[in-house]
Amino acid sequence: MRKLVSGLGGRAVIAVPYLWLFIFFLVPFFIVLKISLSQVTIAIPPYIPVFNWQDGLAGFFQKLGALSLDNYLWLADDPLYVNAYLSSLRIAAVSTLLTLLVGYPLAYGMARAPLAVRPILLMMVILPFWTSFLIRVYAWIGILKPEGLLNQFLMFLGIIDQPLVIANTTTAVYIGIVYSYLPFMVLPLYATLEKMDYSLIEAAEDLGCTPLAAFWKITFPLSLAGVLAGCMLVFIPAVGEFVIPDLLGGSGTLMIGKTLWNEFFANRDWPVSSAVAIVLLLILVLPIVYFQRAQARAQERAG
Amino acid sequence: MAGTWGRFNITALVLGFAFLYLPILLLVIYSFNESRLVTVWAGFSTRWYVSLFSNRGLMDAAWVTARVAFISATVATVLGTMAAVALTRYTRFRGRLLFSGMVFAPLVMPEVITGLSLLLLFVAIGFDRGFMTVTLAHITFSMCFVAVVVQSRLVSFDRSLEEAAMDLGATPLRAFFQVTLPIILPAVISGWMLAFTLSLDDLVIASFTSGPGATTLPMKIYSQVRLGVTPEINAVCTILIGIVTLGVIAASVVNKRREVRRQREERLAFAG
Repeated sequence: MRKLVSGLGGRAVIAVPYLWLFIFFLVPFFIVLKISLSQVTIAIPPYIPVFNWQDGLAGFFQKLGALSLDNYLWLADDPLYVNAYLSSLRIAAVSTLLTLLVGYPLAYGMARAPLAVRPILLMMVILPFWTSFLIRVYAWIGILKPEGLLNQFLMFLGIIDQPLVIANTTTAVYIGIVYSYLPFMVLPLYATLEKMDYSLIEAAEDLGCTPLAAFWKITFPLSLAGVLAGCMLVFIPAVGEFVIPDLLGGSGTLMIGKTLWNEFFANRDWPVSSAVAIVLLLILVLPIVYFQRAQARAQERAG
Repeated sequence: MAGTWGRFNITALVLGFAFLYLPILLLVIYSFNESRLVTVWAGFSTRWYVSLFSNRGLMDAAWVTARVAFISATVATVLGTMAAVALTRYTRFRGRLLFSGMVFAPLVMPEVITGLSLLLLFVAIGFDRGFMTVTLAHITFSMCFVAVVVQSRLVSFDRSLEEAAMDLGATPLRAFFQVTLPIILPAVISGWMLAFTLSLDDLVIASFTSGPGATTLPMKIYSQVRLGVTPEINAVCTILIGIVTLGVIAASVVNKRREVRRQREERLAFAG
């Protein structure tokens, strides 16, 4: 049996994307690591190089002594950074949970809809995902600000007499993350719920289970793979989110993506922003590896 | 079971989709607002669209963005399709684990990390930041999305078709272009579109890797949004939403037609 990928052509199919990702994805991490161990200086680029190819092996060992963990000690020492990491993790965790609460009923409704309308519903979930992230976050500014549309509407209904302060708070960040990442949660949930055998629930109900008990005992456990995939797809990028806390959050909203951005663009401190990135990566490496394993398993099952 | 409309399901769908669509709808409506205040309706007007086209900085940024998106989506589609073929057709090769890791990790990697690391790479190898570096950065992260989209089509693909072509004497390359590619083409096209919109959309990675003279539209929108919400930005956003919506709908109509035609041909082939 002959294979599509064999010989020289097959090797090229692997080698070209492999090499590309190696150079533009993997190597850059080592450069970030290197620069995180160097000292800041006023120059272009604004750091003292740690290693140089021209130095040769002797120079390499000489410079090895000059490596410094100063930037990391700086991070650990300053409560600002520690708090930013913790608060990013907390905000991401809370938003992931909220996204699950909003996304699950939607995915469930889609999976139980008549077969003919399901592709249309699926398309309707994907369509906002195609429109710009920045635009969708921007849309919420006009809705949430004190004289914004939400407050106008609620005051018109007479529910509130004072405008709610939502814009520039952590609540606005939650809303922004739930809104922007909702399709990432709904799609894997829908995929598992749609494949589910609903005669199991009918059987449970015939045997005297209430619909709610049937949901917790059958539907939810069977959809756990989708729940986990959706949560990973929301949680991991949300931890490092920059646009949402910057545009919707206030001065009290600490998130590490914003800290990194400010360190880089406002303070021009490349070594410290590299150290911030490395620590963030270390925090996220476990969920990322878990996500990849799950992806690879799903792929093997399908293939 | 075929599924039914329960009361709970309908409520969940209506609320869910209202949440997804209402903000975008409001943004579009208020782009036609006469007033400079985004939140007070003062009558229908297209003045912000007119003023948009005389805004030189915005138009330049739009042109840069369109070129970056076109080039990066095209290269990313080629590389991403190759990666997808490598992952599905080659189950064992040295470093496959690392390879699949490098394909999946960028999907969830926080953008600030990707942006910073690419910038430091470009500085280390002495590339001048600008059009070129943004394009390279966009190719890198969007090729992974293309790979995932194409891969999901390739795993459900009947491999005996390409084996038959090769048994009949086609070279692997020819079998790919004449048998495999036409069948996976819808996925390749949606991969290209996804890569295009990802590039059109990206603020963070572009901000890190771009240089003077290569300000993209999201960077321009972002710097104006920081100064306050303006109807002009609503108008830009409405145009972008319009383009993307039309593109997605057109693509799905074309795919649907192809599918119908393919099924008819299959029936004819079996009948004949």
